[in-house]
Amino acid sequence: MGALIDIIASAGLWAAVLRIATPLIFGTLGALLCERAGVLNLGIEGIMTFGAMIGWLSVYHGADLWTGLLIAAFAGGIFGLLHSALTVTLGLSQHVSGLGVTLFASSFSYYIFRLIVPVAGTPPTIVPFQPVAIPGLSTLPFVGPALFTQTAPTYLAILVALIMAYILVRTPVGLAIRMTGENPHAAEAQGLNPMRVRYGSVIAGSALMGMGGAFLTLSAFNSFFPTMVQGRGWICIALVVFASWRPGRALFGALLFAFFDAFQLRLQTAVQGVPYQIFLMTPYILSIVALAVMSRRARVPQALMQPYRRGER
Amino acid sequence: MMRFEPREYRPLYMMALAPLLAIAAALVLAGILIAIAGAPVIEAYRRILLGAFGSRLSATETLTRATPLILTGLAAAVAFRARVWNIGAEGQFYFGAVAVAACGSKMLGSLPALILIPLLLIIGAIAGMILILVPLWLRLRFSVDEVVTSLILNFIAVLFVSMLIDGVLKDPMAFGWPQSQGVVDHAMLPKLIARSRLHIGFAIAVALAAIVYFIQSRTVFGMQSRAAGLNPSGAAFAGVQLGATLVKVACLSGGLAGLAGAIEVMGVKGYVTTDLSPGFGYAGIVVAMLANLNPLGVVLAAIFTATMFVGADGMSRSLGIPTYIADVTVALSLLTMLIALFFTQYRIRRWAR
Repeated sequence: MGALIDIIASAGLWAAVLRIATPLIFGTLGALLCERAGVLNLGIEGIMTFGAMIGWLSVYHGADLWTGLLIAAFAGGIFGLLHSALTVTLGLSQHVSGLGVTLFASSFSYYIFRLIVPVAGTPPTIVPFQPVAIPGLSTLPFVGPALFTQTAPTYLAILVALIMAYILVRTPVGLAIRMTGENPHAAEAQGLNPMRVRYGSVIAGSALMGMGGAFLTLSAFNSFFPTMVQGRGWICIALVVFASWRPGRALFGALLFAFFDAFQLRLQTAVQGVPYQIFLMTPYILSIVALAVMSRRARVPQALMQPYRRGER
Repeated sequence: MMRFEPREYRPLYMMALAPLLAIAAALVLAGILIAIAGAPVIEAYRRILLGAFGSRLSATETLTRATPLILTGLAAAVAFRARVWNIGAEGQFYFGAVAVAACGSKMLGSLPALILIPLLLIIGAIAGMILILVPLWLRLRFSVDEVVTSLILNFIAVLFVSMLIDGVLKDPMAFGWPQSQGVVDHAMLPKLIARSRLHIGFAIAVALAAIVYFIQSRTVFGMQSRAAGLNPSGAAFAGVQLGATLVKVACLSGGLAGLAGAIEVMGVKGYVTTDLSPGFGYAGIVVAMLANLNPLGVVLAAIFTATMFVGADGMSRSLGIPTYIADVTVALSLLTMLIALFFTQYRIRRWAR
């Protein structure tokens, strides 16, 4: 028991929670935005992989870190455009199209990476984002090192969550997005163009996914390697359900999930005699449990996964 | 502006042409990537074809690689037909593989081959079924989308297998390398062609494709599973037991994926590692879509996919193009196939105001 309390009482754990949560916050918000407009985006896993690769590659070739993050967002948006063209314009199965985008985006990332960076013993590295101590707050005992000495993208992720919550609930743009996700016919009757709203949401959401991936190579680690996203995208899709499609709860869900992940990492060293794979499984098992608990209660956007065609019911 | 108008009927030639056009488009797009890398495109494709079918050895190698792809492709095809989105074939593959490794050595190794081999194949299939029942149960009981759960289960399954082959099933002779104990020699599938790796698993896979085709087109269960996919409420109204049908479909799908893992162990490797599958489960989705979910088409689509993978190995070595070009081409062909299928259903018309 004492060991457990030691883990929870260490500032290092809480700093790690925010660090682990950051890509999940970006990814979950991105997936949430797409789904609020009625489009399930299973391209997320591949888009995060591509964001991680292209962000890293840009910085490796001399771009500064923020430019790298921006390029990752832009690349994510391009894949969002592809997914929208397939699912919104053509109205294809969102499941299959999303999986296609994931398979393409991830294999394309590996192809480009291998083409430019030949196989080497140790992968080349960049200088990643450095922690930014927030003046005043970072000197607080315990809370300071735990919460206020993160890298800049982490603060940005939290800010994006708050902004998205505001936009979705309080602004006409948010109303248009929610309406399109609930009932595109009603949205069109109000003079909106559901197609355009869906395109915009999926592109913006995919850009956030790209940034989530780029965080992995530009802040959490300093190099890119294949399979580094490791199902984080799928966990984000689960977190959207857990969050009942609300940005604030998505932020909370990502933090909660990251807490368990950071906790199990430390538990691995504290507890002997249990295979390490058991610990690695727990985040995945938790996300399935979260889905089972929340799915019934969650308020699914009513037009999710339904293609919209003008004049067709 | 233009709009899409549903076609009244889908001509047969279009259905046959769609995958060919899709593959051609994917090869052109991948060709651009090869050209960007500075290699001669036509020469690259010639070497891929040569690497996959240039000699007796390479041809048998390609068919060996196609074997698990036929089975995972069938797994996806039967599930998708009933709108059971089983994306968990990768995990089911590993479950089937590890079940065979667990039972095929000391536990059942004393049985004669004639009993042991069929028994192990059944055990592998059952292991796959057990894993797929988790997402299906979550869907039926809690209405959880099975896509996400079956995807996440893939990661859990691989970690579980990693735990077993690092623990109770670890081969003590493997110099500390995490690798399972091997199955006994007489549990290995007989060769189809002498002095090659091609084993009777290929024949089993092709036979299963024919059987699945028969089930889907000629049996009540096949009709019910298609109805459950096309119009669930209509099917229920017509007296189809939806839950029971979906469970049967899922068992068939998971069983085929588990069998793929069992056959890969018993036909090729003899033991399990965590890199036994280079994504056979995910590639199976592409195979199924390229075949437009037709079980017989799955065989051809699997051979195409295997051609890309085996051929790209040799081409990559000689021209310096990353082997990932095969994965890119296969993924692209899924996207182009989706578009091709769309145009078998719709035609473009000018928007008339």
